[in-house]
Amino acid sequence: MLDDFFIRALIAGLGVAIVTGPLGCFVIWRRLSYFGDTLAHSALLGVTLAYSLELNIAFSVFIISSLIALILIQLQKRTNLPGDALLGLLAHSSLAVGLVVIGFLTFIRFDIMGLLFGDILAVTVDDLLIIWIGGPLILLILRLIWKPLFASTVNYELAEAEGLNPDRAKAVFTILMAGIIAISIKMVGLLLITGMLIIPAAMARNISSSPQTMVIFSILGGLLSVVLGLFTSLEFNTSSGPSIIAASLFLFILSLLNIKQSIKLKN
Amino acid sequence: MNSNQNILVKLNQAGFRIKDKWLVKGVSLQIEKGQIVTLIGPNGSGKSTTAKIALGIYKNIDGEVEKYTNKVGYVPQKISIDWTLPLRVRDFMVLTENLKDEDINEALSLTGVIQLKNKNLGDLSGGEFQRVLIARAISKKPDLLVLDEPVQGVDFTGEIALYKLIKKITDELNCGILLISHDLHTVMSATDHVVCLNGHVCCSGSPIDVAKNNEYKALFGEQASQILSRYEHRHDHIHTSKGEIKKN
Repeated sequence: MLDDFFIRALIAGLGVAIVTGPLGCFVIWRRLSYFGDTLAHSALLGVTLAYSLELNIAFSVFIISSLIALILIQLQKRTNLPGDALLGLLAHSSLAVGLVVIGFLTFIRFDIMGLLFGDILAVTVDDLLIIWIGGPLILLILRLIWKPLFASTVNYELAEAEGLNPDRAKAVFTILMAGIIAISIKMVGLLLITGMLIIPAAMARNISSSPQTMVIFSILGGLLSVVLGLFTSLEFNTSSGPSIIAASLFLFILSLLNIKQSIKLKN
Repeated sequence: MNSNQNILVKLNQAGFRIKDKWLVKGVSLQIEKGQIVTLIGPNGSGKSTTAKIALGIYKNIDGEVEKYTNKVGYVPQKISIDWTLPLRVRDFMVLTENLKDEDINEALSLTGVIQLKNKNLGDLSGGEFQRVLIARAISKKPDLLVLDEPVQGVDFTGEIALYKLIKKITDELNCGILLISHDLHTVMSATDHVVCLNGHVCCSGSPIDVAKNNEYKALFGEQASQILSRYEHRHDHIHTSKGEIKKN
């Protein structure tokens, strides 16, 4: 069954969606969508590194993304530049350097479109293993840091005062972000990973009244987007990443209609 | 080692500065179980800063802070919550600690906001939110309560009721309270120890002692001194030589 590339893509996509659901909620709550973008852009460097040193792609993307996150924290401490300028600087320069390095690696044929927008044909059984081992691991760690991370998202000083160690939770969360980018890059492509994180979560926000329900709807929305997107991709021969993201946009629009209806009902 | 088992937090010549500007300097105080310590002082005198030093929110401080408990309830003076979060009162109640439903209900009932349990936090009025903040802080039955102007925005009758409640909780839980308030009338009647701040400790002691202090008079004026001294300090318990507290 796993010989079928479509089944492989489906299993991979569902595995990714379960993890992007809760992480995406935190990306929205903590206003980290540009941070996610920056990490994702830097993933291209990770891919080139993987090809040149013959490393596992997910592994080297994880290392490079974590490194970029560390550099960002250092830059924030040492310069007076605003956060978004630093994010832009790192995002575009790491993307640019990645593309320049690809130019030098003439002996390897790169599927740039696949890297940027995802390629379901590229999902191997190894990738499935990485997603279904890495994904649950990310979720487990997120579960462990949930309390301090969520409390400090609501209010940092309350969390700190009442002994929850929010700084450690934030650092761990950054690593989890690098982790999800590493395992989902093949599936969604590096330009669209942030979309996979925030669009289902944004959809969930429209129809949720508590943090828990938002996480659940965000996961469900992600799963549905993957299924819809991949079938579209198969049917019309479109790239997998954009198809999944377009499907999630479709769900987001539906959630807006739902709001309008409930407002009508209230009146 | 903590020689007195009753001490919850102890500041020794503690201070905090941002670059060269001292927010507060040379504060020594301690809070014991069953004791209400009140910080008073004009705006910008370092009251909230002192509270944050005691709570361990500020890391790079001068002097020493020794904290002997991790069961802390905190009502901050200013709280900026991102109202785009889908957060109901009941979710907010369990923010830092998992609580039983009955404990949540009890705390919300005590502060008179049980009917708001399922409401979105963003839909509350200022006074309602303040009551929820107090409920959250007391619901975890802390050893140490830090209340930074806890009744701001609460209506007049509610204010008195909440101060009574705070006093009652100290006695029931035998917890220590660090209170910051501008309301000399209400606070002084229940306070064990007053620390008057103005960038540094200008005087401290029992409400009566502080009221007689010349620096205090200079800071707050003669009238405030009269308010304060009207309150005789009434204990409903005695401190024994071993530091224990006995009810009368």
